[in-house]
Amino acid sequence: MASNFISRGFTGKRRQAEAANRVPPGQYITPDFPVLSAGPTPRTPLEGWTFSIEGLIREPVKWSWEEFLQLPAQSFVADIHCVTKWSKLDTQWRGVSIDTLFEHIDLDANTRYVTAFCDGGYTTNMPFVDVINGQAFVAYQYDGKPLPAEHGGPARLVVPHLYFWKSAKWIRGLRFTEKDKPGFWESLGYNNHGDPWKEERYW
Amino acid sequence: MKRYLDWQIATVKSIRQETPKVKSFTLFLPDWVQHKAGQHYDVRLTAPDGYQAQRSYSIASEPERSGEIDLTVEWIEDGEVSSYMHEVLTVGDQIEVRGPIGGYFVWEAYMGGPLLLIAGGSGIVPLMSMIRHGTATGSTAPVRLLYSSRTVEDVIYYDELMKLHEAKNGLEIFFTLTRQTPVGWTGYSRRIDSQMLVEVAGPLGSKTQAYVCGPTLLVEAVANGLLQIGLAQNQIRTERFGPTSSS
Repeated sequence: MASNFISRGFTGKRRQAEAANRVPPGQYITPDFPVLSAGPTPRTPLEGWTFSIEGLIREPVKWSWEEFLQLPAQSFVADIHCVTKWSKLDTQWRGVSIDTLFEHIDLDANTRYVTAFCDGGYTTNMPFVDVINGQAFVAYQYDGKPLPAEHGGPARLVVPHLYFWKSAKWIRGLRFTEKDKPGFWESLGYNNHGDPWKEERYW
Repeated sequence: MKRYLDWQIATVKSIRQETPKVKSFTLFLPDWVQHKAGQHYDVRLTAPDGYQAQRSYSIASEPERSGEIDLTVEWIEDGEVSSYMHEVLTVGDQIEVRGPIGGYFVWEAYMGGPLLLIAGGSGIVPLMSMIRHGTATGSTAPVRLLYSSRTVEDVIYYDELMKLHEAKNGLEIFFTLTRQTPVGWTGYSRRIDSQMLVEVAGPLGSKTQAYVCGPTLLVEAVANGLLQIGLAQNQIRTERFGPTSSS
């Protein structure tokens, strides 16, 4: 196997020691905020924007943009990790915790999975337990400003403890299910779960 | 048994200087798996103390070449892996890789055309694999490539592209230079704009499948421009490429 392989003449450009334990295996720190997406950036006018929760809940819920902004919001700081190898430390966001959204719905006890769905048709799936207890947000501000469209604005999911493709841009809602359903990248060779600390990049 | 996507130790078979900042590396793979044009490989470097660095690089070669791949790598200032590959790696060296990876930004000959390929800088690499794949399979799909570079010296695969263009086998190539044009330049000499997109994409008709790869600003501008000239969202596949800075 390749585990004892040494690259001739490679010493590496080391990151600062204090940051080293914050960067998962195979990742490097970038000061930039790269943009990755599979297609054109969708642009939905705010007056037509809604956020829906559907699936295994007693009654579907839908918020307009104005209503969504009225929900209790939190500011949070997170390290984010993209499967394409870059990590960005201390990113600053503001948005609504998924826990807050749960206060408005009656969840079926059989719920095990959640799919985020988005403008442009993108989807991504996660176990339910990965979005509760302060682990996931619908964010609409980045660095104190409205989230730019190329970074997923008006609102995106932010689930910092999973690879960043799970943090779906242009999110329009969550669908709760009993059975798992692989999303866009999860159907195209990327890992179904995506924990950066376990390097769950691909199948 | 060899698992798909295990790391393997490739051997550098040859190195080609494509432009002042870009080299292509032909790697011999003991566990070669046929890729799809547009896919990439991960490269992993390991220091004697176990420190590792990984990056992804697009495959430039056609899938029909068995047992080996070409990775084309742009030298990035301060780049950890690209600088090693450019400054240290020589023919005969070994390097750890895994792949092929990626399932969306791919084109296979059976998918047909018309095909609109738009590249900025080293974003040409995965598109070159598609072009070479089309040539290798004798694809008759009409293909138009619009390729934006800073100067003519920065155009990767220039000679090969010119030859393919002059062969008139259904591939038409349009260059644009954004910084500097040589005397007698007959191509475009500005950033890609909607007028250019109309001129290049228009003749391909409404059923075109577009692949756009390059720096963020170019990809954003081109993808929006293609929507404006009437392509649908699902006709446009994008991939960001090159250094992460948004300059």
